[in-house]
Amino acid sequence: MLVECHDLTFRYQGPAVLESVSFSVPEQGSSCIIGPNGGGKSTLLKLMLGLLEPESGSITIGGLSPAKARKSIGYVPQHINFDPLFPVSAFDIVLMGRLDRTRLGHFRPSCREVARKALAELGLEDHARRPFASLSGGQRQRVLIARALATSPKLLLLDEPTANVDLSVEAQFLETLANLQESITVLLVTHDLDLVARIGDSVICVNRRVHRHELPLDGETIRSIYSGSNRAEHDRATRRTQEKQHEHGHE
Amino acid sequence: MNEFFETLRTIPVIRYALLAGIVASVTFGAVGTFVVTRRISYIAAAISHAMLGGIGAAVYYSRTYDIGWLTPTLGAIVAAILSALIIGWISLSGFEREDTIIGAIWAAGMASGLLFLHYSPGTAVYLESYIFGNILLTSFEDVIATLILGAVVVLTILFNYHKLVAVCFDPEFASLRGVHARAYYILLLVLTALAMVLVVRVAGIILSLALLILPAATVSRFVSRMWLIIVGAVLLSVAYNAGGLALSFQLDIPTGPFVVILACLGYGIAIGAKYLLKKIPRGQP
Repeated sequence: MLVECHDLTFRYQGPAVLESVSFSVPEQGSSCIIGPNGGGKSTLLKLMLGLLEPESGSITIGGLSPAKARKSIGYVPQHINFDPLFPVSAFDIVLMGRLDRTRLGHFRPSCREVARKALAELGLEDHARRPFASLSGGQRQRVLIARALATSPKLLLLDEPTANVDLSVEAQFLETLANLQESITVLLVTHDLDLVARIGDSVICVNRRVHRHELPLDGETIRSIYSGSNRAEHDRATRRTQEKQHEHGHE
Repeated sequence: MNEFFETLRTIPVIRYALLAGIVASVTFGAVGTFVVTRRISYIAAAISHAMLGGIGAAVYYSRTYDIGWLTPTLGAIVAAILSALIIGWISLSGFEREDTIIGAIWAAGMASGLLFLHYSPGTAVYLESYIFGNILLTSFEDVIATLILGAVVVLTILFNYHKLVAVCFDPEFASLRGVHARAYYILLLVLTALAMVLVVRVAGIILSLALLILPAATVSRFVSRMWLIIVGAVLLSVAYNAGGLALSFQLDIPTGPFVVILACLGYGIAIGAKYLLKKIPRGQP
């Protein structure tokens, strides 16, 4: 198992955001993390990255604590707060994925090669020299994914990677992801159950407690995941999954 | 202009001033680029004003207790680094509002400096040279000191360039890649403090900020790569310092303020040019 979480509890202040959580994620393949807003999905990611410390219990990545395993984790945030006037190109940002492999403060030629490949993998080789701020939302998202890939991760954590991209970019992203999950483990936070049905091997449902299910999900499971969240969110999730299963039936 | 070159050949002080200006320009360009792109000009301004406290304390204690090695430059360095550390620590810890502590350090530095200088024994201190700068007071030892300080700053940036850029752009990701983002932010403030010590020698406490940030701000209007801005800012700084020294000598006007006016003019022209370039419709392909 690559990720092992045992009896983990975390709270910011007040009630626990995650309570007595235990689950494991095998090496390779992809799992989706779903759950209602405020259910603890982002907190779980931050705990895996070692940015937060659990109140009790433990979480390990490849047998190491998250802080020690950080170098083998690629992370793509949903969005970053950046200064649009900051003078940095798409290629510069992807190179940042190799920051822990500099020599005397400078990137080796091999680092540049890895960054170039990561950009090419996301179809951005023609945009390498463009300022980051001049790219569209979808292109920026792909640059951030390329930056995560440039870290040569064993585990790739993605926080709603398709939230700001159009359908064609999403299709390209899914293709990239399909290739990636043959060699690395992908954990993806999403609200999009279509995406879950298309790429996940399993789904980790987070709503203060955590349950891991194999795909596909049935309506009862979705109801239990979204219990306590708003009605519209629950109905939307159920409808999407039923449509998806219907489409799969026709295929 | 021939008169200036003749003077340059015959009078060492002018030669030292030119040398110090050129050497310091490399530091101004490199540090100024980070100050502008990370938007910490106001912190640089607070550090330059806090320096008067260190200068005043050095003058007071060196005269009162006859401490020969305690020079105003040493006092300025200590005060600049101390104020950078305090501002950095407080802004990162969230212990107090950053703008409030910047204002407090700014005022405390100026006030304590004026008090120290007022009570310093011996002849009255020529305050104007600290407030507005006087590069024509540069000695050979000053050139060497500028060279050493500048080398420390530039080499530190050279060997930490990519990490500094990453920390300025996305500190959270830099942390995840094993870079101590907080330590690098403090390092950037300390480098800014050392650069301000050099700038203050040329342009004084009040005008120094313009000379640090305007060359980088001017170049950044046209260039969107960090290292290109640094190169451009260094060249522009050299041009302002060397050109300003020559022209001010020719026109017989104070050098520091004239160099700053040149930098302001350059920035104003850059803004105007950029505005006009945006207004001119581009031809169809």
